[in-house]
Amino acid sequence: MNYLDHAATTPMRPEALAAYAAAHTVAGNPSSLHAGGRQARRVVEESRETLAAELGCRPSELIFTGGGTESDNLALKGLYWARRAADPRRRRVLVTAVEHHAVLDPAHWLGTAQGAVVEPLPVDATGRLAPEALAEALAAGTGGPDDVAVVSVMWANNEVGTVQPVAELAELCHAHGVPFHTDAVQAFGQVPLSFAESGVDAMTVTAHKIGGPVGVGALLTRRGLALTPLTHGGGQERDVRSGTLDTAGAAAFAAAAVAAVRALPTEAERLGALRDELVRQVVAAVPAAVLNGAPPGPGRLPGNAHLSFPGCEGDSLLMLLDARGIACSTGSACTSGVATPSHVLLAMGAGEQRARGSLRFSLGHTSTEADVAAVAAAIGPVVERASRAGELAGLG
Amino acid sequence: MRVLAAMSGGVDSAVAAARAVDAGHDVTGIHLALSRSPDAERTGARGCCTVEDARDARRAADVLGIPFYVWDLADRFEADVIEDFVAAYAAGATPNPCVRCNERIKFAAVLDRALALGFDAVVTGHHARLSADGVLRRSVDAGKDQSYVLGTLRPDQLRRAMFPLGDSTKARVRAEAAARGLAVADKPDSHDICFVPSGDTGAWLRDRLGPRPGPIVDAATGETLGEHDGSFAFTVGQRRGLRLGRPAPDGRPRYVLDISPVTSTVTVGPAEALDVWHLAADVAAWSRAEGVDVDCLAQVRAHGGAVPATVTARGGELLVRLREPVRGTAAGQAVVLYDGDRVLGGGHILRTSAERAAA
Repeated sequence: MNYLDHAATTPMRPEALAAYAAAHTVAGNPSSLHAGGRQARRVVEESRETLAAELGCRPSELIFTGGGTESDNLALKGLYWARRAADPRRRRVLVTAVEHHAVLDPAHWLGTAQGAVVEPLPVDATGRLAPEALAEALAAGTGGPDDVAVVSVMWANNEVGTVQPVAELAELCHAHGVPFHTDAVQAFGQVPLSFAESGVDAMTVTAHKIGGPVGVGALLTRRGLALTPLTHGGGQERDVRSGTLDTAGAAAFAAAAVAAVRALPTEAERLGALRDELVRQVVAAVPAAVLNGAPPGPGRLPGNAHLSFPGCEGDSLLMLLDARGIACSTGSACTSGVATPSHVLLAMGAGEQRARGSLRFSLGHTSTEADVAAVAAAIGPVVERASRAGELAGLG
Repeated sequence: MRVLAAMSGGVDSAVAAARAVDAGHDVTGIHLALSRSPDAERTGARGCCTVEDARDARRAADVLGIPFYVWDLADRFEADVIEDFVAAYAAGATPNPCVRCNERIKFAAVLDRALALGFDAVVTGHHARLSADGVLRRSVDAGKDQSYVLGTLRPDQLRRAMFPLGDSTKARVRAEAAARGLAVADKPDSHDICFVPSGDTGAWLRDRLGPRPGPIVDAATGETLGEHDGSFAFTVGQRRGLRLGRPAPDGRPRYVLDISPVTSTVTVGPAEALDVWHLAADVAAWSRAEGVDVDCLAQVRAHGGAVPATVTARGGELLVRLREPVRGTAAGQAVVLYDGDRVLGGGHILRTSAERAAA
């Protein structure tokens, strides 16, 4: 199989798998007082310190969670509740229209169930939020920035790979005393990133996008940031997150982070070159194909190639590539598996047809030239077939 | 062959896909999402395309180790089946949406897309036999036979179809599903119209069409016996729900004989007035020569016997002379013609006649 879906999840790195297995050889709840508990506690705290070093935060600023979705929910809801409790005027929640559903859906839930006023922040045709647009949105509304509970803008987009000017956006928010959260799930390990240097107040990361296991992530929160808990129980993580600490998950996350960050400078260059070659080959085989998102460079994740194929349905393309052993993605899908046009592409101003007829190839630590060659060899005939089916659907 | 197995999430389509795999085909499973707003869970035997059904289909595909995708055909289904159904009722006809779905969705939209994508055939879990030369026959399980809802398919559609279950009884299919470890083995059979989850077609149509009151008229006297709030709530042959309040003078039950949507008139009369001796249908499929009398059996509803008949194809119509009357047959229903258990063809009924003399 040629795996070009690293933005969905990545194969575990050997270091992470070894750390995971080693941690599971010892019985002990990190909250227990006996020797096994102490040993587990040490593994968790060392993992926290290691991760903090790789992420540019203090260990005390890192809350382990069950993954990216939980971290995003905790950030959005936790910040909204805490900010509103301190000042009931703070009802506005500003998020870009291209956020992952793990941010969009909690924001909309706050809107429908918790009295929030959710305001989408516009993006340009590449998916980027201009700082001026955020400044305008902050100033708008009856009370201006005083009404804003929280702003959330992803570091890099999961579908088209566009990188946002996070530091600038965070600074704008700080000028008004508004907390800024960023979902850095796709960015961590792909682009250089430091929590402290970025100036953000809260940041979501997860292990399985960087060669770690599924089911462990973290929310980094600036010291002193008030956050209302989502879950109540043992209060293991600073009384903000409850639940038995995942010793093995933390250890594997840390091991994966060390490996990913160490490899980042060379990997970014290698993946960027592979991605450029993939785009070149696809466009050579299918001249009508269009690269969506920001042009290759610092404004785009190196491993991301997101292309539209006019006259084709993404569903058909994916199925035909799958049959040839190539794994990629069409973007968002709903619970019953029915593909819906990507909200990201629609927000970028693409028509519904272009939004439906696109594929995301995402490269990662296991990607090779052979993967690119496989796509290059398959894409021509696959697009030809899919466009025949597209003609039936009236896309021709 | 590369074949596409349409998997509803039920036991039949799961076993059909499994048999296609066993036969050595390269099988890909698809679930057709036909509802624009699927319910989360299936309730009993009604409704369709719930999220739960899609999950059951996916689970079965995973057990079989075949690729699985969901195809969204909700818009096509709405336009070609549901709107057609509503329009037919509004025009006083009694359509069969399952026949329509096979004609327009499964063996048209799905088949065409499958062929365009490089597949050779579509596999379904219908209980019918289909031989290599394209001859359609009844299932060996007479109680579960579904050849009727396939009887209007054209030869070019049937050539690209595979029905692996026709040689098995439903009981055997269930046992096989259990033996294969398919969790849908004891899922209830579906009944009724999939897009009318309440099972109350009259109420569903009233919601779609709004009230259209009109008189209920006695066929013999022309007297108005009562009022109704929409002729679409009635089908020819219906006895219950007339709510006339007073019995016929002879004390015998009255049935719906005719529906005139233009005047919103429902005509009622005695049972024998329902007897249809002649009917004319369009020619959806016919495997015999034009203008030749063919002695065969005619079936006018999914669950009902076939009666002896003589059929002639002439002038773009199938003219069917029945040797025993069928009761309560209306325009819009399909008539499927059999030679023994072999399907000769079929069409959609255009008009019927209660006259015994030759039409």
